[in-house]
Amino acid sequence: MKTRILMFGWEFPPFHSGGLGVACLGLTRALSKLGTEVIFVMPKKLDITSPHTKIVFADGGINMRAVNVALSPYVTSTSYLRGRPKNGIYGADLMSEVMRYTSMGSVIAREENFDVIYAHDWLSFGAGIEAKHASGKPLIAHVHATEFDRCGGANSINEDVYAIERAGMEEADVVITVSELTKNIIVTKYGIPEGKICVVYNGIDESTMPSAGKGLPRLRKLKAAGFKLVLFLGRVTLQKGPDYFIRAAKKVLEYDPKIFFILSGSGDMEQGVMELAARLGIADRVFFTGHLEGADKHEVYSVADLFVMPSVSEPFGIAPLEAMKLGTPVLISKQSGVSEVVNHALKVDFWDVDEMANKILSVTGYPGLAETLSKNAKNEAHRLTWNVAAQKVDGIVNTLMRAV
Amino acid sequence: MKSLCFYFQVHQPYRVKKYRVFDIGNDPEYFNDRGESNLNNRTIAEKVARKSYIPATRLILELLKRHPEMRVSYSFSGIALEQLERYAPEALDLFKRVVETGQAEVLAETYYHSLAFFYSVPEFERQVTKHRELIRKLFGVWPRVFRNTELSYRNDLAAWADSAGYAGIISEGWDPILGWRSPNYVYRPVGTRTIRLLMKNYKLSDDVAFRFSSREWAEWPLTAGKYGQWLAEADGDTVNLFMDYETFGEHQWEDTGIFDFLEQLPQEIAKNPGIIFRTPSEVIASYEPKDEVDIPSVLTWADTDRDLTAWTGNAMQKAAIENIYALEDGVHLANDAKLMEDWRKLQTSDHFYYMCTKWSNDGDVHAYFSPYESPYEAYIAYMNALSDLRLRLDKRQPQKGVLQT
Repeated sequence: MKTRILMFGWEFPPFHSGGLGVACLGLTRALSKLGTEVIFVMPKKLDITSPHTKIVFADGGINMRAVNVALSPYVTSTSYLRGRPKNGIYGADLMSEVMRYTSMGSVIAREENFDVIYAHDWLSFGAGIEAKHASGKPLIAHVHATEFDRCGGANSINEDVYAIERAGMEEADVVITVSELTKNIIVTKYGIPEGKICVVYNGIDESTMPSAGKGLPRLRKLKAAGFKLVLFLGRVTLQKGPDYFIRAAKKVLEYDPKIFFILSGSGDMEQGVMELAARLGIADRVFFTGHLEGADKHEVYSVADLFVMPSVSEPFGIAPLEAMKLGTPVLISKQSGVSEVVNHALKVDFWDVDEMANKILSVTGYPGLAETLSKNAKNEAHRLTWNVAAQKVDGIVNTLMRAV
Repeated sequence: MKSLCFYFQVHQPYRVKKYRVFDIGNDPEYFNDRGESNLNNRTIAEKVARKSYIPATRLILELLKRHPEMRVSYSFSGIALEQLERYAPEALDLFKRVVETGQAEVLAETYYHSLAFFYSVPEFERQVTKHRELIRKLFGVWPRVFRNTELSYRNDLAAWADSAGYAGIISEGWDPILGWRSPNYVYRPVGTRTIRLLMKNYKLSDDVAFRFSSREWAEWPLTAGKYGQWLAEADGDTVNLFMDYETFGEHQWEDTGIFDFLEQLPQEIAKNPGIIFRTPSEVIASYEPKDEVDIPSVLTWADTDRDLTAWTGNAMQKAAIENIYALEDGVHLANDAKLMEDWRKLQTSDHFYYMCTKWSNDGDVHAYFSPYESPYEAYIAYMNALSDLRLRLDKRQPQKGVLQT
């Protein structure tokens, strides 16, 4: 008999703004290939077709307009309040949205037939807990990021979010984290016993890759003129360390002026980072492309000579794997989960701007380095599939079912 | 009578410190790491001497006294001897005493443990000469058997050693080359007159060097008695056991029982009247060559490939090694002893080995030992140092304008 997982998520491609949706898609697809049935629950009705997964919407009938804006697992409660659209479709704040989703957990649990409950991140932990109480079935809490990561070393975390995260992990029979790094945070900051935490690394495959296409002719022109291009791609927030990227750029340009830096993404630090570049006198060497999707994203990965992910705190980090899959060398911070699984990447402490500059200059200056990294990175990314992750999850699910 | 021929490799490179782009033009010292890392050549030399060279050599000295029939041979890289002289003189002193017994032979190699033969024969010859002189100075002997870096070997190397007057040369005893033949005979390299080829019995060598402490190995634990029995049962005229000297105490730690094994081995050998210890020169003098061996492409003792790909397999390694040898003419024109020495220290094969990414194929990161965090770190440090060397070279060379006047 097929195992059935009732899975609570928050976003799903193409309606997503980051790694969580990609991870949910990659994982559910791979699980279904292994013969596991996934019932994927989302808080809002979206226009999604996904042949391998049954999708249930927790809201019954809200129209499509509700979908496209501020609800993102990456916003903190306060920034949601600030950025909230004024048309009144959403609840008073993010927290009440989450509470509404939570209350639907038990309803859905009664309607569906399943063996195990699976909840992704704090936004859906409440729904997961409710489903567990209603059904008595075991709960897996999958942590893609903690409140500490999202705040990126900022002064204060949101206590309400922390409380939900903690309750979800305590209630869960198994907690899955995307890295040892996250596992450590969960042990030390949430007091969750090490024994019930399993690390399952994210993967990458064609289905979640940005689609190929032509674009960005200006960048191609620069390349043709002999300039090297160094890329940052991610949300422009404290967590992702875009300021370290700019500072490294400054240092690099002192040694090699034939390099351009591309900063792709949007976020609350955009303004600050632009100002920083101007203050350092390198504004003409840094392109701000804004948020890129699909073919543009594919193109910017492909055209770059080096992809840099200087994250201050990165539970995993799928973007470097996307770059690697396209044969682009990557430089990633040691404070990232992905650095635990990837060998063919340059690694640096996010705060070590000098070393970041040293490595950028080495890649742009020594062709042998770029060539070897490119070749090996492509092979390595090819091996880090969602299938590997799904097999591990499958093993965890089976162990749980035997224990019941 | 069957011979048992031991050769131990003693080598330590000058590891390049973490050398950044910003150091180019500002810091002409590449090998002087003084930190806690494995790039500190002084502390590594001290550690290896303490754990391996000193206790192993003390034991062998004692065994040679206890067993006058016992023989061993060593190949020392020049830069290992240099470092021992500076950082661990006690180890060097013990080596001298071992050679003084007359029961140990010292082999010839390149001073800088380089792969120069495959890139520049004149440079290779200069390094061999420099090595001979050092061996003569320290040990009072002239080596008669040649051993090339990483046991790398090719027909033309044998021809070179033949015409240079060496009695013997050493290579890996690799099955695809030997075919039905056994490594346990003396061979004649193709196209040579008097030189003889000794081939490593890698199975019996690796039983000690690699497998000794492996609990997954069906033969664990390996006792001297069992091993002596295997040697007695081996076919052919000679069993050539070639290994890194660090096997004793560094690769195989003291608590694995490796020193006890070594201590008991001579008496186990003595139980078999059919086996006698011999040095490489003695082996060569004792037997007629069994056959001619033809090795047209490079053979080494590394990996399952037994070729040079562990040193020159990827684009970084190729770039690094080609770049260093490209400086040869310039370095000679510059006439600067320190610059020449730094250039040669950068030729040591270990630098290129640290850049190897072959392990990605089998996922076994630990198959390749390296003091660097990754092959990429090794390459970055090396290329930055090389860029500085090139800059020093440019400064030494007369300007075009000056030449014209």
